[in-house]
Amino acid sequence: MNIFVCVKQVPDTETKVQPNGDGTFIETNAIKWIMNPYDEFAVEQALLVKAANAGSTVTVLRVGGVKDTEALRTAMAMGADEAILVEAEDNLDSYSIAKALKGAIEKSGKNPDLILCGKQAIDDDCLQVPQVLAEMISLPSVAVIVGFEQNGESVTVKREIEGGALEVYELNTPCILATNKGINTPRYASLPGIMKAKRKPLQQLSLADVGVEAGDRRVVYSNFQLPPEKPAGKKFDATDEANEASVVAEVVGLLRNEAKVI
Amino acid sequence: MNFELSIEQKEMKDMAMKFSRNELIPVAQKYDEEGTFPMEEFKKAWELGLVNTCIPAEYGGAGFSETDAVMIGETLAYGCMGINTSFMANDLALLPIKIAGTHEQKEKFLKPFTEEFKIASFCLTEPGNGSDAAGIKTSIKDGGDHWIINGEKMWITNAGYADQFVVYGTIDPTLKHKGISAVVVPGGTEGIILGKKEDKMGHRSSDTRGIRFENVKVPKENMLGAPGEGWLIAMKTLDYSRPLVASAALGGAQRALDESVKYAKERKQFGVEIAKHQAIQFMIADMSMKVEASRLLVYKAAWLVDEGQRNTEIASYAKAFASDSCMQITTDAVQLFGGYGYSKEYPVEKLMRDAKLIQIYEGTSQIQRLVIAREVLKK
Repeated sequence: MNIFVCVKQVPDTETKVQPNGDGTFIETNAIKWIMNPYDEFAVEQALLVKAANAGSTVTVLRVGGVKDTEALRTAMAMGADEAILVEAEDNLDSYSIAKALKGAIEKSGKNPDLILCGKQAIDDDCLQVPQVLAEMISLPSVAVIVGFEQNGESVTVKREIEGGALEVYELNTPCILATNKGINTPRYASLPGIMKAKRKPLQQLSLADVGVEAGDRRVVYSNFQLPPEKPAGKKFDATDEANEASVVAEVVGLLRNEAKVI
Repeated sequence: MNFELSIEQKEMKDMAMKFSRNELIPVAQKYDEEGTFPMEEFKKAWELGLVNTCIPAEYGGAGFSETDAVMIGETLAYGCMGINTSFMANDLALLPIKIAGTHEQKEKFLKPFTEEFKIASFCLTEPGNGSDAAGIKTSIKDGGDHWIINGEKMWITNAGYADQFVVYGTIDPTLKHKGISAVVVPGGTEGIILGKKEDKMGHRSSDTRGIRFENVKVPKENMLGAPGEGWLIAMKTLDYSRPLVASAALGGAQRALDESVKYAKERKQFGVEIAKHQAIQFMIADMSMKVEASRLLVYKAAWLVDEGQRNTEIASYAKAFASDSCMQITTDAVQLFGGYGYSKEYPVEKLMRDAKLIQIYEGTSQIQRLVIAREVLKK
């Protein structure tokens, strides 16, 4: 099987995000990048499918900045066979990313049997790329899956919905699946795996190579700003019975006139 | 000059840190309280290539440099100094084979550790001989086609679980250090008698015991080097192992610093975070300086090994400075946490107990100073 995994590189979860100088994106100079955690589930699922289907290859794809290739190297250290990196700005919109991924898959010369993505990226939380990509290449897709079973040419996947109930889908391959937490436990990249990863092929393409033009952008970020700082909470002490009534009156007054909730 | 880790090294460090945070930190307190052996974590670490980092590629290892090894050691000790001691003891017991073994011995005694999970143990110290290692009394006698070992060892890490021991003894005590020899003893050999597990102040998960050898027979080909070469092998082993032990102190110190910084920004006294008080800032500044200075010494001691240069002096700097600093930093961390630091609810009291041992084992801080002074004065 030809398995593709689309991964995104996102700022480490402990990063203190700051808008950049002109407000068009976040400051990326000192950021430590990691693979988007939901994509780790996709990589793990790809490796499990590979192990169950002799002769399969896992190709990881990423669209983004090339200064750091952490996410792709991690995927290869976990066991993916090769990687394709499409050089682009890190704040590309979902439509352009999906189009670039489609182009990269075509450029690979392999017909995909299965395409896996994380359900969303934890930085911009767009939740769009898997669905847009599926539409662009006309493949069936299910997002937010927590269960996966392969039966020959078809797969059965489970999707969690409101209230914890599960939807069960059966799809024919090729198809696009977007993974949620709970589908598997991503493996660690072993140390020998990390050393092997540097010898695995990493192909670098430009947006032009994969057929994406400036006019493809559907969304342009106009401004990034931090949320306003929350004012400190107020404390009221009514433990002393003598001033209980006045404290209650004060709180009710503030809730009515300042917070305007009653 | 280059102080940067390579891309692969950064990735390895990140991965080891992920392992420390996910697999070691959550269980460290439990193992400390129960004083039980971290078998499950040891196996997981082995599967991921985090232990036995000294084994060369030609014998199935990953072919790590000494710099790689200290970087991994530092990061695992960050998770738990005690659990890391169990891991590190494997390398300590495999290093003499790497350093002095013949090709056949390496095939037989190193390679199996890369093929399946195994535990190794290094037996040098005796009840009456710690710092004075050249005075060991365990005897290794020629029994014709085999060696016969008799004697008692003390403070032996991993002893209760070891699949393989490296045992130091003397072929003739009157020869002093020129009589010392090293043999590989398979675990379970008849005549190996384990003592009870020691109830220690720190590193409580690490299995430390006395062990007695009563007419233990091993084949002639199990001796490393020639009879009488054991002292030289032990000294060379220390050049490799001291940076590793120093890296454990560095990891523990870094953890104490990180915990202190985090707490200082959360804890409020006199209406502000304690990090805003100069008294606390000075403590944090001292801790940070010592951590960084330790790191530079540890990495330099390892780098010298990789460059094929003699590192005896710098390795002792690293061992003494990093372990003394770790003791100071973890003690300050408890002080900074105040009453909470003295409670087992917070991780720093354990760090302080664990730090103490690193000033003692693998050559005390005082022995390191003897080595340093000898090296400096002979110039």
